[in-house]
Amino acid sequence: MSDTPATSLAERLAARFGDTLTISTQRNEITAELAAADLIAVATALRDEPGFRFTELIDLCGVDYLGYGQTEWDTTDISWTGFSRGVEGQAMGRFDWAGRPRGHDEPRRFASVVHLLSIEHNRRLRLRVFCADDSLPVVPSLTLVWPGVNWFEREAFDLYGIIFDGHPDLRRILTDYGFVGHPFRKDFPLIGNVEVRYDPEQKRVIYEPVSIEPRVLVPRTIRNDADLMQAKAEAADHWREN
Amino acid sequence: MQEIRNYTMNFGPQHPAAHGVLRLIMEMDGETIVRADPHVGLLHRGTEKLAESKPFNQSIGYMDRLDYVSMMCNEHAYVKAIENLLGIEAPERAQYIRTMFDEITRILNHLMWIGSNGLDLGAMAVFLYAFREREELMDVYEAVSGARMHATYYRPGGVYRDLPAQMSQYRESPWHKGKDLKRINSWREGSMLDYLEAFTADFPSKVDEYEELLTTNRIWKQRTVGIGVISPELAQQWGMTGVMLRGSGVAWDLRKKQPYAKYAEMDFDIPVGVGGDCYDRYLCRVEEMRQSNRIIQQCVKWLKANPGPVMVENFKVAPPSRVEMKEDMEAMIHHFKLFTEGYCVPAGETYAAVEAPKGEFGCYLVSDGANKPFRVHLRAPGFAHLSSMDTIVRGHMLADVVAMIGTYDLVFGEVDR
Repeated sequence: MSDTPATSLAERLAARFGDTLTISTQRNEITAELAAADLIAVATALRDEPGFRFTELIDLCGVDYLGYGQTEWDTTDISWTGFSRGVEGQAMGRFDWAGRPRGHDEPRRFASVVHLLSIEHNRRLRLRVFCADDSLPVVPSLTLVWPGVNWFEREAFDLYGIIFDGHPDLRRILTDYGFVGHPFRKDFPLIGNVEVRYDPEQKRVIYEPVSIEPRVLVPRTIRNDADLMQAKAEAADHWREN
Repeated sequence: MQEIRNYTMNFGPQHPAAHGVLRLIMEMDGETIVRADPHVGLLHRGTEKLAESKPFNQSIGYMDRLDYVSMMCNEHAYVKAIENLLGIEAPERAQYIRTMFDEITRILNHLMWIGSNGLDLGAMAVFLYAFREREELMDVYEAVSGARMHATYYRPGGVYRDLPAQMSQYRESPWHKGKDLKRINSWREGSMLDYLEAFTADFPSKVDEYEELLTTNRIWKQRTVGIGVISPELAQQWGMTGVMLRGSGVAWDLRKKQPYAKYAEMDFDIPVGVGGDCYDRYLCRVEEMRQSNRIIQQCVKWLKANPGPVMVENFKVAPPSRVEMKEDMEAMIHHFKLFTEGYCVPAGETYAAVEAPKGEFGCYLVSDGANKPFRVHLRAPGFAHLSSMDTIVRGHMLADVVAMIGTYDLVFGEVDR
């Protein structure tokens, strides 16, 4: 690869932090993976050292890698019975609260992904920290490095249940007061858990289990021809010309 | 001596100055704010989770509903993220159309902002003035997409269709007739680009009108000068972008620094504030409207001279034309697959950001190779801005909180997502 600005930053990161970071570059975007224990030290260095100066934290979000790469419709093996109808699977649109999948043992499920921006050098950097324990995902809080991360961490806690150690005020932020569960987890049903309505007899707002049926209109499919799309399209164009 | 306790006050969520559904719990010492705790999420619809359950293209419409006064900019970030992963690029004409509509959107947003912020701080007339021009630009949205607000116009690989050759006209009615009808239709006789040309030629004089009402207005200055001062360091610590950052004197604009679409070819300036107070941010936004107007003019000129395709010729991503479908089996299959299953996006992750009117609107997209995104995270500028509320309004008066909410340019569609 040519010496683009992104690779030179990747080289500088590798030189400065060594084995602490696992760096990968895709389309000029640098992703650095690191252990939770190193996060604060690395973040402080990235913010303060003149070669990096990532003074802005643009974004922090949680990711739940449960079911990554799984499909609901197998299109790789053709059997004599043909393809299935694509109505199986455990995607989050297919179960309700009572039938939610439990007891999966996906290692390294939760990650916290941070996007940094250096205004001085006009560079971006993505950091990813996986949580060691899936039943109690914990990562250190970055609030002392970038105070602006406060709400982003609250959001990741609210939606994914990732606990940010050292956060001054780790409350729910987007969900309702008294909400149960972490709704963006892949094992949380898409239709939700409870629904709300005003009850004219009791003269108050009441919570009830959801009354809608879970359903999926388009099954989740992975086709390996995605990287060939450009070539195929060109072939199609060629075919039309002839 | 009698003990005086602080008073806790609830502001919103149904307050005209809360710009939607902001609930603010404030601890007050008399008229002074001791602590402000914004409660958000009253408009949380789980857009990101919904997007995970649908093929890529079906979520474009949801993006309009995030920041519902700068619709196409949100679409742009999402579409750009998908294009990054697919490795495709929209044709040049589509890039110009996107640039033009991003700027139309910026004007739409700033008009809404100047109107509602004026209203918050007691200036009724600006609101009426701003909505007059907003309506004219809404017609452009409608002409191109059929919808006044939630356009769903951008697509991965281009835009949905080319610009219309004719602008819609007013019909005769008890409210519009005779000379009046002729006047309001005079811009609308040609194509949409002719209409925009007439609009952009006239718009600077309209901006002068708003400025006439506010810029030197004594009351306006009393309410905004020196209020909500944000230092450049503070702005960066709190992840501020857009006018919130530029108002503090940091010349950071993605359109200049990390150009996308056709911004590298455009001639425009970035207004930067000095003091970092509400008044500077007001001046920045007003100047941005003038600059956006310049960009639109340049795009109109280019688009008039250069017809061409507005969508990639890749039928795995973009549907073939109806005519082709009638006579070409391949095209028929492509169409069927595209509308039943969608397209698969190569595994990987990307972050695409655009300079939305409110700041940096970003889309972090993770794909595992499926026809639906694995994870979509939408980085809304308003969310980061609002989180700094407590730090900034401490020590201010209650009425300044309203000025601050106004200057943040909050829209709860994007804050709550």
